[in-house]
Amino acid sequence: MLTTADSLLSLVGNTPLVELSRLQSGRVRLYAKLEGQNPTGSIKDRVAKAMIEAAEASGELEPGRRLLEPTSGNTGISLALVAKLKGYPLTCVLPENATKERRQLLELYGADIVLSPGEEGSNGAVRKALELAAADPSYYMPFQYANAANPRAHYEGTGAEIAAALDRVDVLVAGLGTGGTLMGAGERLRERFPEVVVAAAEPLHGDPVMGLRSLEDGYVPPILDVSKLDRKVLVSNDESVRALRELLDAEGIFGGVSAGAVVHVARRLARELEDGVVVCVLADAGWKYLSAGFWTAPDVEESMERTVWW
Amino acid sequence: MTAVRIPPTLRTEVGGERQVEAHGSTAREVLEDLARRYPALESRLFEDGELAPFVNVYVGGEDVRTLAGLDTPVDCLPLILLPAMAGGC
Repeated sequence: MLTTADSLLSLVGNTPLVELSRLQSGRVRLYAKLEGQNPTGSIKDRVAKAMIEAAEASGELEPGRRLLEPTSGNTGISLALVAKLKGYPLTCVLPENATKERRQLLELYGADIVLSPGEEGSNGAVRKALELAAADPSYYMPFQYANAANPRAHYEGTGAEIAAALDRVDVLVAGLGTGGTLMGAGERLRERFPEVVVAAAEPLHGDPVMGLRSLEDGYVPPILDVSKLDRKVLVSNDESVRALRELLDAEGIFGGVSAGAVVHVARRLARELEDGVVVCVLADAGWKYLSAGFWTAPDVEESMERTVWW
Repeated sequence: MTAVRIPPTLRTEVGGERQVEAHGSTAREVLEDLARRYPALESRLFEDGELAPFVNVYVGGEDVRTLAGLDTPVDCLPLILLPAMAGGC
């Protein structure tokens, strides 16, 4: 039935779950949840909407107050949409080597941008945003890394939708960033399927973005509880890109970089099963990565080493 | 011998090498052997006898924290050390 929506924000979530019939083999079925079909094109629409609405409900966020968030792209773009529709100005702290599409999108939506050093990766953006927030209390920082509304959005949305669509889930695979998807959707699926294996696909970053200072600059997001993960698998840029190209060639799915990594891990874990259902959460589509040439450049892996992709 | 990949943040402690070798049948034994060869690593890798919070150790590409921790058998697989990094775009 066709209906109308009162706002783009009502169209966040309820994304399609599609069988990857050409990438699966034997008696293991693979499904992909297409988060690229959210209004701004990524899973972060769920998180941005949930964080802002939670802050409004608690009274922490007054009308018109400026928002501040460290983000290499997707969360910023999602927050920019929510901020625009709800009337908040927004400043994003972005590593200087984020793809130009992400910066352009943020600018088009009207966000202000503060750049952080590229070689410090996301840790640098987090540090810079925390400094800015400490120096100026007029900012409201949703801070996806420590905001309980982030995993809750995936508990109530992503995870609940998967649990409602399938009568069996043996493995859930999602990209590891803040940990929000894995914690929230993982918890929801564990309630319905107690034996589910919650698996993180983790990026193996290139040396140039791994941070040059010291281990004390390391960062574990407060919302991430690694003990709740059953598997945590590193994926190289090369493996991500190969899976990304296969996803497009075989299934016609134009995914973002982390989607390639997630599919790589899903197929690896599927090989450990005799039969079952493996669900991949594909966080975004490929549009924002076109300039990086993942689908066409012969030796894209080397240039990938210089950017944090998710 | 197990090949151990060293992240940029720990290379000073191993004389600038990107990869070094160490002996041991578990992640703990390999890291302890490494700390004997490069004593400056000891305090970076361990905190109260356990893995320091901002160090991630991978055997066969999987985080030992979701395997058997430092008791994870190494089985000749390469070991990767990485700093904990924020992700999440």
